[in-house]
Amino acid sequence: MNTLVKNIIRFAFFILVQVFVLDKVPPLHQMVTPYIYFLFILWLPFRLGRTWLMLIAFAVGYTMDGFRHNYGFHAAACVLIAYLRPFLINLLIPQEGADTNYEEPSMKSMGGTIPYLVYTGVLTFVHHGWLFLLEAWQFGNVWYFLVKTLLSTAVTLLLIIITELLFVRKQKFRTNTV
Amino acid sequence: MFTATANQFTGVVNDQYNKVEYYFHYKKTNESLAKATERMYNKLKEDFELPDTGSKIMVDSIMVDSLERFRKYRYYNAKVVANSVVAQNNFIVLGRGAAQDLKEGMGIIEPNSGVVGIITEVSNDYAVVMSLLHKDSHISGKLMHGGETGTMNWDGKAPNILTLTGIPRSAKVAKGDTVVTSGFSTSFPKGMLIGYVDEIIAEKSTNNYTLKLRSAANFYDLEFVYAIENKQAEDINKLLDKQTH
Repeated sequence: MNTLVKNIIRFAFFILVQVFVLDKVPPLHQMVTPYIYFLFILWLPFRLGRTWLMLIAFAVGYTMDGFRHNYGFHAAACVLIAYLRPFLINLLIPQEGADTNYEEPSMKSMGGTIPYLVYTGVLTFVHHGWLFLLEAWQFGNVWYFLVKTLLSTAVTLLLIIITELLFVRKQKFRTNTV
Repeated sequence: MFTATANQFTGVVNDQYNKVEYYFHYKKTNESLAKATERMYNKLKEDFELPDTGSKIMVDSIMVDSLERFRKYRYYNAKVVANSVVAQNNFIVLGRGAAQDLKEGMGIIEPNSGVVGIITEVSNDYAVVMSLLHKDSHISGKLMHGGETGTMNWDGKAPNILTLTGIPRSAKVAKGDTVVTSGFSTSFPKGMLIGYVDEIIAEKSTNNYTLKLRSAANFYDLEFVYAIENKQAEDINKLLDKQTH
């Protein structure tokens, strides 16, 4: 399938799952709010430049905000992780050229489970941290913010691992020699 | 302008989802509407008979208000199409908007007169309600028994616990007391249920109580609500604006 079409479908799917499944489930605890929609940003192709990543991330975040009727929160967190994503990929990618041989970040293209988990883990933590920090500034409670960030990150990571196991993304090995 | 378009879009999506979800709530919705009807029946004039033989019931022809000049409040029913309790700032979306008479600032109650929130934005066919479960929702509440007033807000934690501040310690408060709207704001008439006192905390630095309330409305389960229009709101707000300028 065309990358663009695939990503448009993903976009709609992630937003719908977040808004109509995760947000509707009665909360496990007030400290745990799972988010999964930003996995869309983590799955975007390697070849997108930072500007495009940030623009797309803004669109994702803004759509999410639209459903929450509370503009700015998710958009800010998403743009932040889109900005940090290229740095992390450069650090974690195993050998020169892996990002041109594969299309998008996954366990296989990142060279194993551990680098991929570090990648998702760090970005999840940053996303949640920033989002809950913005919320905590309104309510002004430091402990609430810290505990909530840690617990929610753990639950979100679990969800991401389940998603990876359920939906195996076939990653074709491509070479740039035509 | 831009948010109105966004509201219209998310409203349509939410509406589609709600069409399915609503089926699973029929039983509870029906029960709450039946209870509301019972309450209304018990308020009818025919339910009361005066033992006083000196009084006669007659229709005062002057007071038949066919032009509705004397009406102060008008209720509009609306379907809830989206609702959240998990966020720090929660909003409710109604499937009725500016084209169907809803306006910003109208108060929202559930069928058994529990306060739900206030309309903050309207698009053509949808209205966004700031739920009581929002950090900016400050509603003036009153102890039904003693009459002391305070301000209600939400601490962002449990979705059925509200906080009422500013009640002086001289007030007689007991667990289980009812807190109602004071009627001071233009959004709600007097006496709509906010909640029931659950915990009484004496503030250390002031001479006030902080009361934790169990909310009267069940925010997990809202299907139908009523928007309250205050016909005098415009006049009152105009006067208030003059004071601030």
